[in-house]
Amino acid sequence: MNLELTAAQRAARAEFRAFAAAAIAPHAGRWDREEAIPAALIEELRARRYLGSNVPEEHGGLGRDLITYGLLTEEIAKACSSVRSLLTVHDMVAHAIHRWGSREQRERWLPRLARGEVLGALALSEPDAGSDARSVETTARDGGDAWVLDGRKKWTTFGQIAGLFLVLAQLDGKLTAFLVERDAPGMTVQPLRGVWGTRASMLAEIAFDGCRVPRENLIGRPGFGLSAVVSTALEQGRYSVAWGAVGIAQACLEASQAYARERRQYGVPIADHQLIRRLLTDMIAGVRAARLLCLRAGWMRQSGDPLAGGEVMIAKYFASTLATRAANDAVQIHGANGISDEYPVGRYLRDSRVLEIIEGSTQIQQINIPLFELQEL
Amino acid sequence: MDETQSKIKEFLSRFFKNHDLQPEEDIFSLGFVNSLLAMQLVAFVEKEFGVAVGDEDLDLDNFRSINAIAQLVARKRGAAA
Repeated sequence: MNLELTAAQRAARAEFRAFAAAAIAPHAGRWDREEAIPAALIEELRARRYLGSNVPEEHGGLGRDLITYGLLTEEIAKACSSVRSLLTVHDMVAHAIHRWGSREQRERWLPRLARGEVLGALALSEPDAGSDARSVETTARDGGDAWVLDGRKKWTTFGQIAGLFLVLAQLDGKLTAFLVERDAPGMTVQPLRGVWGTRASMLAEIAFDGCRVPRENLIGRPGFGLSAVVSTALEQGRYSVAWGAVGIAQACLEASQAYARERRQYGVPIADHQLIRRLLTDMIAGVRAARLLCLRAGWMRQSGDPLAGGEVMIAKYFASTLATRAANDAVQIHGANGISDEYPVGRYLRDSRVLEIIEGSTQIQQINIPLFELQEL
Repeated sequence: MDETQSKIKEFLSRFFKNHDLQPEEDIFSLGFVNSLLAMQLVAFVEKEFGVAVGDEDLDLDNFRSINAIAQLVARKRGAAA
């Protein structure tokens, strides 16, 4: 494993960082309050090819290597976790189609996803099905010339504006994945407001009432909707979230360092107080460790290592829990200012909590990671 | 046991420790096969043998035993040739 970034990767990171600092970070607090990101930003993400950038070149994408992809995710997340979550869910759908879609599905959807012309979203969770994804109650049945879906989905990130939904449903008791277009008859999307983490991620609740889906939109095979299609999407999502957690933790560190140098108490900058330095030290060491785990997972995924999935889980677990601790400490360093909207660290704390819930909660990772590690004992 | 079968057995032995897995033995009947392992198995077949496992191959019977996986690899190699 090479620990050094290539010149091209460093140059790409500089570009991502400059864009995020100029076009995202200054506005992230307002978008958080407004519970939406503007269409103009999405257009800018499209123009820069930041959406669907994991799509291979033969399908019209940039085919970014997974390390560069991670750097993009970190830099965007450092500025705004809600924007990062758009990249996450969009790229999850693209990844699943690339991996398990038929040739026709790949040819139809991947170029459009690579250009960001259509936004992807994952419709997995339901009011009564979260970690236990096998228990989804949305059903699909054979309706002759189409599949017919009935059920409810909840917490669908960017469901308010997505054009293509990867939906998990029970088809004759077999978990099966479908690609459902936004204009499918019988599908209703309602904005879900009032969340307090990644507030601008434009969540939606989706109702399928006799929703008719073209037969060619079943992806994978009946019975493999979760074990293959959605699992593939979730692994991509975990990789993205892991890097996103590094981005939040890095943002916490930079905000805390700046504040600790500027803020004076007892006649000196608070950075001169040893207990503040201890908090900064934990952040510094934690961010570096989390980033290294992400790099390791990225290298293993890039090489097609069969054990990469476990490494992605470890990276996601460590980075997301680190982000929460870093954000909590960042608020503490900021004192009363930390719980004010005038500083971003409160948003970092709220957003970091989301990362311990999505793409496999901390507890799900704690259950599954030993299964991988035991193999290697 | 040929080279393909041996490589498959070596990989699967990570999951079935202290058990001498036989070529026709049904790995799903032994337990400890979940979706995590299934995806690792797919990734292993693709990386080790240089074949692409597609949605048309998503059939538990293709992954049920060492011999079943070896036959899948042989079919994929034949199709690619």
